[in-house]
Amino acid sequence: MSGSLLSVSAARRAFGGLVAVNDVSFEVKDGELLGLIGPNGSGKTTMLNLISGAIRPNSGMIVLGGETISGLPAHRVARLGVARTFQLVRVLPTLSVEENVTAGGVFGHIRVWGEDAHKLAHALLERVGLGGRAGTPTGSLTYIDQKRLELARALASNPRLLLLDEWLAGLNPSELRIGIQLIRDIRNDGRTIIMVEHVMDAIRSLCDRVVVMSSGKTIADGDVGAVLSDPAVIRAYLGGENA
Amino acid sequence: MRLLSASETRIGVIGALGLASVAMLPLLDQGYTLTLTVNIMLYVVLCTAWALFSGPTHYISLATAAFYGLGTYAVALGIDILPFPLLVLIGALVAGVVAGLVGVATLRLSGVYFVIFTLGLAELIRQVVTWLQSEMGSSLGLYVLTDLREQHLLWMLTGMAALVYVAGWLINRSRLGFAMRIIGNDETVARHVGIDTALAKVVLFIISGTIIGAVGAILAPRYSYITPTGAFNSMISFQVVIMALLGGVHRLWGPLLGVIPFTILFDQVSSRFPNHTSLVVGLAFIAIVYLLPRGVLGFFADLASLRRRFRIVLVEDGKAVP
Amino acid sequence: MSIIITGLLLGGTYALIAVGLTLQYGVARIMNLANGENLVFACFMALWLFSTFGINPVFGIVLIAPASFVLSWAIYRFGLKPLVNRAKSRGQLEVDSILVTFGLMFAFQGLMLLVFGGRDQTYHFLDMAVPILGQNYGLNRVVAFVAAALIAGLLYMFLYRTRYGTAIRAVAVDPVSARLVAVDVPRASAFAFALGGALTAAAGALLSSYYTFNAAMGVTFTMKALIIVIMGGVGDIRGAIIAALLLGLAETAVASLIDPGLTIAATYALFVLVLLIRPQGIFGRRVS
Repeated sequence: MSGSLLSVSAARRAFGGLVAVNDVSFEVKDGELLGLIGPNGSGKTTMLNLISGAIRPNSGMIVLGGETISGLPAHRVARLGVARTFQLVRVLPTLSVEENVTAGGVFGHIRVWGEDAHKLAHALLERVGLGGRAGTPTGSLTYIDQKRLELARALASNPRLLLLDEWLAGLNPSELRIGIQLIRDIRNDGRTIIMVEHVMDAIRSLCDRVVVMSSGKTIADGDVGAVLSDPAVIRAYLGGENA
Repeated sequence: MRLLSASETRIGVIGALGLASVAMLPLLDQGYTLTLTVNIMLYVVLCTAWALFSGPTHYISLATAAFYGLGTYAVALGIDILPFPLLVLIGALVAGVVAGLVGVATLRLSGVYFVIFTLGLAELIRQVVTWLQSEMGSSLGLYVLTDLREQHLLWMLTGMAALVYVAGWLINRSRLGFAMRIIGNDETVARHVGIDTALAKVVLFIISGTIIGAVGAILAPRYSYITPTGAFNSMISFQVVIMALLGGVHRLWGPLLGVIPFTILFDQVSSRFPNHTSLVVGLAFIAIVYLLPRGVLGFFADLASLRRRFRIVLVEDGKAVP
Repeated sequence: MSIIITGLLLGGTYALIAVGLTLQYGVARIMNLANGENLVFACFMALWLFSTFGINPVFGIVLIAPASFVLSWAIYRFGLKPLVNRAKSRGQLEVDSILVTFGLMFAFQGLMLLVFGGRDQTYHFLDMAVPILGQNYGLNRVVAFVAAALIAGLLYMFLYRTRYGTAIRAVAVDPVSARLVAVDVPRASAFAFALGGALTAAAGALLSSYYTFNAAMGVTFTMKALIIVIMGGVGDIRGAIIAALLLGLAETAVASLIDPGLTIAATYALFVLVLLIRPQGIFGRRVS
């Protein structure tokens, strides 16, 4: 498969008796923006956690650009070029805004330090719309600004693969427009992204392709328009016999 | 890139002057003040080294007595065969190795496990040392007879203090220091930005343990007769925790603010009311948690921000600032 | 054989101490490092009741355990609850409670040193031999073991057969969900903390009947109990009992086969083994 950056094959993770991710397989091509969607509890976040190394799969393989990353600890995966944001935003409260961004670029896929880190942080803050805010206390940021900050931190390592876990959740309509535009810009830079999202408008307008999960399994994988009109997908969302 | 900022230069100069004036003390006094100052410098180094690790990680280490005792014991065992400076180095290395082993075994786990493990570490090493000594048929007590007097100890400790402050400052501005601050904020984030959190913690614990081991070795001549029970005295671990937390662990010089008052208080209590020392230690722990959760340092910071706010209110009311 | 029986008899008392601690940590989420002082205090109470009023230490539990229950409840309500309310995170509560219970440990130890002095204490109760499988054992040890087993049995009945016991177990599993099914979590936590104190005190009364104790030994017992709790899996009563018996065996074996001065080393060897192999405890399930 030429042009494939990430390949997940038969990844499986169970918690006690509950199989959160049940033999899931999919590919992500270089430069692609893949949407990972599905009803609550379908295993999307667990899937992201498997990719980022937060948890290990019980079986299956995850390969990033030819290197097997399944089973590696999170810091190794990060150094190979996977960066992420968290479902519940996680900023570092006692660090300044600038340091929050540098944190992403010092230990990861690329490593900058000193003046370079300073320049990178300022450029990224500008990029996500926090220009001129480098010195403000992190605790005083609004919710969307915290999300922007987390995004800047993830971008600071110049990741090969960016994982966004419901990055748009909780934003009001006008913030949502800004947020969608921001992701589109990042994607237009050529960045490969997987986004877990519930906001359907964003999925429709942003994604090249979507993978739909339900009860730990993939139930659809393909072009956005086709997948979203698939009866199986609609049933999973609206509650068919097993929802 | 700038090497030193203006405030760093200022603190550096004040610090150097401070340490230099401490080193001059033996010219003025050879008695009680000197002994008390040696105690203060001893705890300054121990507490600062402790806070290097426990400050950013929030892991409460009670291993101080173990590392300190290892340093003391290295000197006691080798004083007849090897030169003293080499023994200090050996003591430091042994403590560092033990810190590494303990770190690898416990630092992957939660803080509670770490506390419990370090709580008994000194006792464990004491039992093993006692057993080894009796197996090998040597006597338990060892003599350390040297020409080193209180002023020599003071000079060595002053050197260690300079070392620990410079080391702390270098760590703080290094990637390791930055990594520790991120870990202290959110370990999950730390891992996901590529920090090997377990390794970073172990490295820092080794640095801290090595310094404490060296201090234990330096102080060995003071005891002159060394037994396992005397060398591995758990009380040191607790006193170090109290003083460091009392001062505040968020700044390199924070522990200093706790060491000075507590060393003087403890010295007074143990000479006048020797049966009340446990009680004082207990009440000190309780007082810190309820009254000074962020140490003297945090208390002054809060006071300063309170006064700023107070001033703003006064100015807004159009009144003069008192 | 005699090592096994002596070890198990000792393990019975350990089990009771550890079950008390695991209730406190598992339900109230407080790692009580002053638990050993509670034990030592019970030893002194038992001694006082026995030597002044001639009250048998096993029956003395009827007085000692409720006294400790009230004391532990007061400590939780007035000392620890404010910290629970203040804590922004689990980690902060952990650090605060460790420091405060250290404070209590030293304060109680200091008080007991002042009141009772630092001497080793012992008294003679049922100081006679009973033969088991051809070897002689102290009757006081056997009685203490049987009493400990009875108390553990009663506790088991309470936790697994009564409504309130189930509520307490629910808090141990998940305090947030427990609240959703109308369990009064703060009350259950305080109750579990007090009950844990009472169990440890009962263990202290039994221990004093065959063990030489002194005002400063609490911390050693706290450590043993903590290690048992971790070995058994936090909050797991059955795990704690098995781990306690194992520790009793290991200690007795090391003391009689190698050197009595190495009991802590034996405890540690077990501890390190558990930490390296099964950090979730012998019977604990791995959680992510």
